[in-house]
Amino acid sequence: MSFVVPKESFNGKVASVDFGKDDKALTIGGDSALPFLSFEGELPNKPVVAYEIQDCPPDDWPDTVREVYKDVSGDPVTWAKYCQDEQGAKAIALRLVSTHPDRGDKSAEEASQTIKDVLAAISVPLIILGSNHIEKDSTVLVAAAEAASGNNCVIGKAQEGNYKTIVAAALAHNHKLIAMSELDINLAKQLNILITQMGFDKNKLITDPMCSALGYGLEYTYSVMERIRLAGLAQNDPTMQPPILGDVGMYVWKVKETVASEADVPEWGSLEERGIAWETLTATSLILSGANLLIMRHPSAIENVGKTIDELV
Amino acid sequence: MIIIGEKISVIAKKVREAMEARDPKPIQDLALAQWKAGAYFIDVNIGPAEDNGEDLMKWMCESIQEVVQAPLCLDTTNVSALRAGLEVHNNEWGRALVNSTSNDPERFPILDLAAEFNAELIALTVGKGGLPADAEERCGIAAEIMARAMEAGLPMEDIYLDPLILQVCTTQDQAMHSIKAIEMFQELNDPPMKTVVGLSNISNGVPKNMRSLIDRTYAVLLMNAGLTSAIANPLDKEMMDTIKTTEVFMNKTLYADSYLEM
Repeated sequence: MSFVVPKESFNGKVASVDFGKDDKALTIGGDSALPFLSFEGELPNKPVVAYEIQDCPPDDWPDTVREVYKDVSGDPVTWAKYCQDEQGAKAIALRLVSTHPDRGDKSAEEASQTIKDVLAAISVPLIILGSNHIEKDSTVLVAAAEAASGNNCVIGKAQEGNYKTIVAAALAHNHKLIAMSELDINLAKQLNILITQMGFDKNKLITDPMCSALGYGLEYTYSVMERIRLAGLAQNDPTMQPPILGDVGMYVWKVKETVASEADVPEWGSLEERGIAWETLTATSLILSGANLLIMRHPSAIENVGKTIDELV
Repeated sequence: MIIIGEKISVIAKKVREAMEARDPKPIQDLALAQWKAGAYFIDVNIGPAEDNGEDLMKWMCESIQEVVQAPLCLDTTNVSALRAGLEVHNNEWGRALVNSTSNDPERFPILDLAAEFNAELIALTVGKGGLPADAEERCGIAAEIMARAMEAGLPMEDIYLDPLILQVCTTQDQAMHSIKAIEMFQELNDPPMKTVVGLSNISNGVPKNMRSLIDRTYAVLLMNAGLTSAIANPLDKEMMDTIKTTEVFMNKTLYADSYLEM
């Protein structure tokens, strides 16, 4: 008797979400099977990795990743162009860190100008992220949506405390939207319901169940992502069918394994290798659990993840 | 759970009058309301329809599918009317469900018809004689119908076994027999057989103001036993809310504060 591979098929399908313009536009999602199980269904789009940059020098990034960008990170436009032209970035994620009240408190107008300048300098799709300050983001991201009008960007993150204004702005300027909740699948679903009840198309939504680094709760993120994917595919739950975002870099490049010096912990080996491995492993785990879009920092880690994706597809 | 919206029935005076007058509006309104309320199939019960059954069923199917993108449950004992309905049924939104065959030889042609049109089929586990006494007897009848379906080439996964729900006010002991039958039906095949009930049969004959309570309480027990689908009134919001809540308990739907709105 010959062996027959058991196959599972699902009624549900992850939404296809495109962002960016013209020939540089990208599409994520569209999956009708679990990650990389292409013999069970359609997986039309590979996961996408975006290079993270920010609107001010990355003083709080550890040396390993700050060094890479030391000649370009003084100016977001130079930094963005470097990622696109020198590193071959397929997408760029601009985090508006300096709008945070504790990090410079720059105005929404200043942020808008930065966005316009960056958009004028690059042709790859742009993801625009606030400073993760609930009140400030609700003004900054509204201005950002307007500044980026016509560029089919991804903007975020809309959260329980500020989603209404951000959703309205994304709707008005025809952007894709990241909805973020804090490691709670039921809240993730609820936020998606509330956003779609405002008339926002569920096929323009990306869900971010909140990331965490290897060793710091990664298993929670992994489980939540996996459960979202199963609800979308197996239970055909339309509120759980947006593609998933893993905002990896910011969670990885602050844990002690990526920061502690070789002098302090010689038994841990090379700091640079350690940091790159940490970001690589965190990101790789998340694409296996269902992430469709990753935001990462170190070019070597991004290269590693890209190779893994190509080998698995 | 799959809801088969029961409101378009010859028993309802408004529907009967619309059928007689060939006035599509009241029927289309009911179809649309049920579909929006969460019905997957829309039941089209034209009764025995001895005169002009073919024409009536054809007109009903076309009128309803003009306004809802849903498959229909064709409900009549008139075989030629069923055929007429299946011929015009729009399968773009799902396959038709035929209601129903049983172990009564007069209903055998209905099974062949479902096989011919690649439709799904409700199989009532009753024979020609009296009503089944218990779950075991219902399973015996189910097995006979399944054997007949196999001969006709109708796949097991296209059959919904119906234990026949009897009214609680006169045959109280049957309520749990039917629950047990739902459990046992699933054991008859791998993957498990699908099941269906005419939910409101349970509350036939009870005062009107108690019917919804009785229906929805019974629905919970049936769902816990593994029921696949029910012919029921999706416009009964309390019942639909109870079903959605039971689906949350059974982990078939992911909880969110707004789950009742979905």
